Amino acid sequence: MSVDLSVKIGSLRLENPVMPASGTFAEGLARVIDFDRLGALVTKTITRELRAGNPLPRVVEQPDSMINSIGIPSKGLDHFLNETLPLYAPYTTPLVVSISAPTVEGFASLASAMSVPGVAAIEANISCPNIEEDGKAFAMSPDSAARVTAALRKATALPIWAKLTPNTGDIAAVARAAEDAGADALVVANTILAMAVDLKTFRPSLGNIMGGLSGPAVKPIVLRQVYQCARAVAIPVIGCGGVSTAEDAVEFLLAGARAVQVGTASFIQPDAMLRVIDGLEQFCLHRDIARVSDLCGALLVEESDEPDMSWTEPAQ
Amino acid sequence: MQLRIVYAKLGFFGGDDSMLHESGQQVEAEAVAPWRATAASEIATVVSNRAIASEYRRLVLSCGPIASGARPGQFFQLLCPQPAGEKPFLRRPMSIYATQADPHRIEFLYKVAGAGTRGLETLDAGDTIDVFGPLGVGFTLDPQWRRIVVVGRGAGLATLAPLARAAAEMGIGVTAVLSARRPDLLVSADLFQACGADVIGVTDAEATSGPANVEKILRGLISQQRCDAFFTCGSARLMRVQQRLAAEFAIPGQIALEQQMACGIGLCYCCVRDFNVDGGIVTRRVCWDGPVFDLAEAMP
Repeated sequence: MSVDLSVKIGSLRLENPVMPASGTFAEGLARVIDFDRLGALVTKTITRELRAGNPLPRVVEQPDSMINSIGIPSKGLDHFLNETLPLYAPYTTPLVVSISAPTVEGFASLASAMSVPGVAAIEANISCPNIEEDGKAFAMSPDSAARVTAALRKATALPIWAKLTPNTGDIAAVARAAEDAGADALVVANTILAMAVDLKTFRPSLGNIMGGLSGPAVKPIVLRQVYQCARAVAIPVIGCGGVSTAEDAVEFLLAGARAVQVGTASFIQPDAMLRVIDGLEQFCLHRDIARVSDLCGALLVEESDEPDMSWTEPAQ
Repeated sequence: MQLRIVYAKLGFFGGDDSMLHESGQQVEAEAVAPWRATAASEIATVVSNRAIASEYRRLVLSCGPIASGARPGQFFQLLCPQPAGEKPFLRRPMSIYATQADPHRIEFLYKVAGAGTRGLETLDAGDTIDVFGPLGVGFTLDPQWRRIVVVGRGAGLATLAPLARAAAEMGIGVTAVLSARRPDLLVSADLFQACGADVIGVTDAEATSGPANVEKILRGLISQQRCDAFFTCGSARLMRVQQRLAAEFAIPGQIALEQQMACGIGLCYCCVRDFNVDGGIVTRRVCWDGPVFDLAEAMP
């Protein structure tokens, strides 16, 4: 028996449901893994302008997690189109370009400029600060999430993946707003706002004082948000938060995700994404599951004769 | 004849040339090389892990050929064991102290200073450790050079050590100016001497390690035609002395820089530093563009 690992994210077919999380993937990883084995490639977030990024230190480790305040350093749109994009042309794996802008119009015009051959989808990092709303992230409120998503929808024919922030009170409402405004998929979620203090110096551990928490420690929180969003919308949800192993990925798929992004885990095991892909195939083989997409949303919450999947006979 | 596209999968900028292994041309199927990793995380076995001076320990690992092929100045990301009561989460970057091809070995010199190195200290012969590498751009030696000067302090003593053998193998003479707080902490002196280098130790205890005295020593070496290039690591003030002399006498130089890292392979932009390139400031990733950089462009 062979397992069909492919999934569909709207009109886009992925060979498998595993891809990098934006900000944790770059050309250097090609020294360690074959990019053509991944479900998709996702760039670091690109802005129209040059951005230097935040002051150092930019990362501090925590138990089973880390906090980063990298600050979206970007070489700008032209550098991306002229220098970076051609590097990905040889790969058959779909390239998803992550973009960010400080305004609705900025998002729209950047999405339009990114709508070029070689780009399979746009991931809108709407977890970034909106300067038109006092620096609050677009995805913190349904209204601003809808406004920016609607503008993106008009600006490009490419699939739009809206990357939501976990730092909001009602993520399901934001998910519905993004869907209604025309998003093709949701990425749930981004890092969780966090902070650490250095007791030797009495100073914040990060140059930017606050940052975003990621890694295995955040998985239960984001898993819950994926579940809430997947129940709230009909478009595919891509889980992103603390996925390190195939078992983590299965949890996200069962909770309603159609695919997963692997981020911080690649810092610990550079081939973490391949381990997740191989592990997913093994999981399905052992459970006699023919298609990985059969796992999507297969969480059993109703009372039944067979309370969990562990009662399934292993494949012969 | 069956043709197919060979993808330039590794034709990316940055990093070392060894990662370029195909061009994006149509070639015969027989000539297609499969994708191949040039860095890997692997489980290495501890051969020994002993104290070699009051503050330093030497870790010798048995590993595979990718790891033992590390060049001077390159580094590994070590997944350190968890010491009691602590959970180091990220890997720890560590420059190589020595390599050996037969049998395959890599060596590291470390000082117990944090959760990661406290974990390394717990390793015994026969234990295993996950090592990821070799990473980064190392030192380059120009075969035209006859004599080089190596200036190191602190962790730089370990980082510079592999240059001793590499230079000796190319017939390049080495003068090593090694700096430490006390004479017993000049950990790489024996290794440099064993490779035929002249070693000049300078220490805080003997009041010889100050920049003025080191500058005097370096000027002496330059006047004796013993400095075709500078190699340095571990001290910002000694870097500045060498940058001045390098500019004054038009001597090339290379510096290995340290920075806190997360991924180690250019993904996260945690370990950036600023460089002075033709009067403008350029930001580079220490793990990917370095850790070895042009001495003239480095900034403290």
